[in-house]
Amino acid sequence: MTAILGGRAAGQTSLALDDDDTRARLVVVGNGMAGARFVEEVLERDGGEHLRITVFGDEPHGNYNRIMLSPVLAGEADEADIVLNSHDWYADRDVDLRAGVRVERVDTVAKVVHAADGSATPYDHLVLATGSHSFIPPMTGVRAADGALLPGVVGFRTIDETREMLAAARTHRKAVVLGGGLLGLEAARALQAQGMVVELVHAADWLMNAQLDAEAGAVVRRSVEELGIAVHLGALATEVLGTDRVTGIVLKDGRQLDCDLLVVAAGVRPHTDVAVRSGIEVERAVLVDDRMATDVPDVYAIGECAQHRGTVYGLVAPAWEHATVLADLLTGTDPDAAYTGSRTATKLKVAGVDVAVMGVSTPERDSDEFLVISEPKRGVHLSVVVRDDRLIGATLVGDTRKVAFLTQAFDRGTPLPAERIKLLVDLSDGDAEVGVAELPGDSQVCNCNGVSKDRICGAVADGCTSLQSVMDATRAGKGCGSCKGLVQQIVEWAADGELTVEESASWYVPGIPMPKPELVAAIREHDLRSVSSVFATLARGGEEDAKSKMGLASLLKMVWGSDYVPEPDATFVNDRVHANIQRDGTFSVVPQMKGGVTTPAQLRRIADVAEKYEVPMVKVTGGQRIDLLGVRKEDLPKVWADLGMPSGYAYGKSMRTVKTCVGSDFCRFGLDDSTQLGIDIETRFQGVESPAKIKMGVVGCPRNCAEAYVKDVGVVATGKGRWEVYVGGAAGASVRKGDLLATVSTTEEVLTLIGRFIQLYRENGNWLERTYDFVPRWGLDRIKAVLLEDAEGICAALDEGIQRSIDAYTDPWARDLAEPASPGQFRTSLPLTVLPQVPVR
Amino acid sequence: MTATAQAHVVGRAEEVPLGEGRAFTAGGTPVAVFRLRDGTLRAVAAVCPHAGGPLADGQSDAKVVVCPLHLNAYRWEDGSSPTGAPPVAVYPVREEDGALVVEA
Repeated sequence: MTAILGGRAAGQTSLALDDDDTRARLVVVGNGMAGARFVEEVLERDGGEHLRITVFGDEPHGNYNRIMLSPVLAGEADEADIVLNSHDWYADRDVDLRAGVRVERVDTVAKVVHAADGSATPYDHLVLATGSHSFIPPMTGVRAADGALLPGVVGFRTIDETREMLAAARTHRKAVVLGGGLLGLEAARALQAQGMVVELVHAADWLMNAQLDAEAGAVVRRSVEELGIAVHLGALATEVLGTDRVTGIVLKDGRQLDCDLLVVAAGVRPHTDVAVRSGIEVERAVLVDDRMATDVPDVYAIGECAQHRGTVYGLVAPAWEHATVLADLLTGTDPDAAYTGSRTATKLKVAGVDVAVMGVSTPERDSDEFLVISEPKRGVHLSVVVRDDRLIGATLVGDTRKVAFLTQAFDRGTPLPAERIKLLVDLSDGDAEVGVAELPGDSQVCNCNGVSKDRICGAVADGCTSLQSVMDATRAGKGCGSCKGLVQQIVEWAADGELTVEESASWYVPGIPMPKPELVAAIREHDLRSVSSVFATLARGGEEDAKSKMGLASLLKMVWGSDYVPEPDATFVNDRVHANIQRDGTFSVVPQMKGGVTTPAQLRRIADVAEKYEVPMVKVTGGQRIDLLGVRKEDLPKVWADLGMPSGYAYGKSMRTVKTCVGSDFCRFGLDDSTQLGIDIETRFQGVESPAKIKMGVVGCPRNCAEAYVKDVGVVATGKGRWEVYVGGAAGASVRKGDLLATVSTTEEVLTLIGRFIQLYRENGNWLERTYDFVPRWGLDRIKAVLLEDAEGICAALDEGIQRSIDAYTDPWARDLAEPASPGQFRTSLPLTVLPQVPVR
Repeated sequence: MTATAQAHVVGRAEEVPLGEGRAFTAGGTPVAVFRLRDGTLRAVAAVCPHAGGPLADGQSDAKVVVCPLHLNAYRWEDGSSPTGAPPVAVYPVREEDGALVVEA
């Protein structure tokens, strides 16, 4: 069963309607952005007093924010975050929600709605808000024999389709996205963020051709390709390959693209089936007049399924205008309310690029003024179209700082600067903030969540004093995020300097409201030596937080050394059983092998253990050790006992390994004994806890065979006894050459300097912040000043702090072998699963 | 929980240490039983619905258990997932004369 978004807890039932109810019956078909907003608008006008409302929704969920599906797909938002109105919301407001019930047809004479569940619901007013569906272009093989889409082919309109794509991203590798419009670009970027290889196929000659001109489209294309997404333009898909599941597509020019997920985002079509079957006039969509009324009495249409004065809108802002006008009319709040069309301005983030579009994108008359600033290298393309001194169109790609001013000029026809370039660029005359101050109160700032400037100012007036709290209260900026800068400006302007920075941004872990230095001070002051005591004393309401425990355990070990009071539940499973958990619930075991140097006797023992415990894979690691992969949890203590070697800490947020080259003993180029120094460094810092893992390397010459330049700490021999110490290098998800901290003349100095650096990082690094982020954040100059010149007078304390942890070291394998940390420490957690499930090599 | 749920003695209460989870079998169903910091017992399916991870190895607080493989969280209250994973089955669990009883 898949979860129902905004569903109700089991056992609760809907309200029974009172048959003596004399209120007029308002039936809304469609529970999407338009339908639900309309119901909200009606209720806001106290419409519930004389209207009893029934809402049909095709999907079983409550009402959710469809615009937010892209962030959900990208893993940037949780499903729970996008629920607008839960089932409870409807029940609490006496609205009868028929979620998961499709309307079949309307008897407009008898005024009854017939639904797929056999029900007949009479109405006095009927509102069609059926929205759109994905357009599936005709392609051979796209549908199976039963007419359903071939498995692996999916549209991008609903939460269920989003879930299907997320599931596919976990088990499949390669996606093709059909359609290089807004939705297709968002799907492509999100799937890529989920780890898939993505290709984008677009029929037109440039991306977002509906909104952008060719040049602006080319700027977007460049940004998309820089993300690693291949783009095929002018490409028409003619055939879908695969029998049980999609395996690829064929393009018109004969090229074939392999894929195991095909996302069709080639546009949408209004849902007009119900209207057509019910005899309501339909062209491209349901025809409505300025009162949103169809040609059938008491039947209205709003949102994407409505066609007004020849236009069908595909944006949310017009849908909300429809909802407002119709609510005014049906509740009698404004009997003269009329909708005369929308001037669509949209602001969004596509594939990481900020885009704002309003009105026309190119000049249409000879007399139109057209100003273009194009900087394709910087990914910026800005243009405006001016007619008779009024702004009639603007396109901003890659830089939307001027959007507030332009939106206002576009919406209100406000006067334009005589120097037209000021429309696009701030020519430092100090009026950059004017845009925010002059922005009309009702102008929409966050398009994703429909938040106006007034509502943001209202939240500030109601006591929100930080950007984050305003965002939480209004949802502004919580969609694609492209308006966050503008929201921040408005909040700053509205708070008139009284702004506070959201504190949680600086907290070390989410569960304790303190930044790291303050937290460390409080831990010392209250003498808190266990994670549970930290929660009890410092968390709000004393409430513990599972996701904060690991970071706190690490911090406490750093602060207290051997005086830390361990609690098994405070540590992650890897630290509880001193091994690295694998995808099937087995573990990997890496014994310590200092400096990557081993002996025949060690190798024999490792070989014996691997055979005895039927270890599925034995692998040489990148850190110059040997990994036994696929060990059952219950075998771990036996494996350690038979190995008779200490833990290599290949699982912890701690000092892991020191790679070395063979140095001067054997290598004919070696300048110094890098092997021995590596062993000495590993011996000194083995098992030391840190905000994130620390990998080190020592090389005997600048040929860098053990990759010291790209380690958290790297040491390079330069001859005549001199060593260079590099910090902040990385060669993982990020690649960064370390910064040269110092060149020293003795190995003792190397050890002291490394100790100080590690301790500085341990005391100041954020949880899970690697040194390659910490070093640039602090700045190399400051780190040099602190560690080399003792500019802040803390070197003695750093030396002392690291020594305390070094003294506290015990081999966890030997320790827990002698006495388990808690009963059942090594019991299997998957009792009915035969492990290992990893392949045996 | 279905109408056919039965009470099963899965083990001894002391087998689940404070703050940790341990896996048991309740009439053919693998279950993960946790003793929260306040002493409360909680039980969920032992296998994470997202990718089969061992939930008994997860970390917990008063509201959720977090799977060790991909850090998906599940609420004790109803098994739903604030991180967007499919929900996990939750089972009533209690201590009776030192025995752990799970209804599954």
